[in-house]
Amino acid sequence: MKPKPCLILAALATLALGSGCSTTQAVRVHPWERSLLADSIMDPGRDALGSAMMDHVTFSREAATGGRGVGGAGCGCN
Amino acid sequence: MLLSAGAARADVAVGDLFPPLPAATGTETHGKVLLVDFWASWCAPCKASFPAYGRLNAELAPRGLVIVAVSVDDDPGAYASFVRRFSPPFAVVLDKGHALVERVRVPTMPTCYLVDREGRIRYLHAGYHGEETDRALRKEAELLLSEK
Repeated sequence: MKPKPCLILAALATLALGSGCSTTQAVRVHPWERSLLADSIMDPGRDALGSAMMDHVTFSREAATGGRGVGGAGCGCN
Repeated sequence: MLLSAGAARADVAVGDLFPPLPAATGTETHGKVLLVDFWASWCAPCKASFPAYGRLNAELAPRGLVIVAVSVDDDPGAYASFVRRFSPPFAVVLDKGHALVERVRVPTMPTCYLVDREGRIRYLHAGYHGEETDRALRKEAELLLSEK
């Protein structure tokens, strides 16, 4: 019995994705290259008024509030 | 985008010879016990460590400890401003183009290395953890200074 072309394609795609995932590493920013991450511009909470407005929108549209306990910017030092 | 980037690891480890410091260091290090600290103006624990290195320098420099703080700042202005603000009583130098740190590949910021009189790395401290680091550095530096 001849295999269906779509099955062959699916097998090839799986192989390609699998091999790609196994050889690709995430890009890592080295500890000495993190000056831009430490900049205050990277802090999503730097604009207090903007944050308050977004909180209001989230609360009024989705009845959700809070969840801002995690800091945004930082060099990941120490 | 596919980029292959090595995981952060210290390519220069305890027991290895420490690579040559930038020529601009301007301090005689041959045959001395050396504390090499990698820091940056944007690194908060680095700021906290400077006064402690100042105290260590005051205590142990007369006995032969040499402290060299190597900045990995990209911005020479930020480096100069930091040095003006803290006026460290030990040698500071800018690692231009990350030539040294790319070779050493510090595991985190800050990282300091204690190097014996033969130029071999004996202790490595990744990060600065206040009094805990201060105590360990003092003890280790005194041990190295007592070796002839």
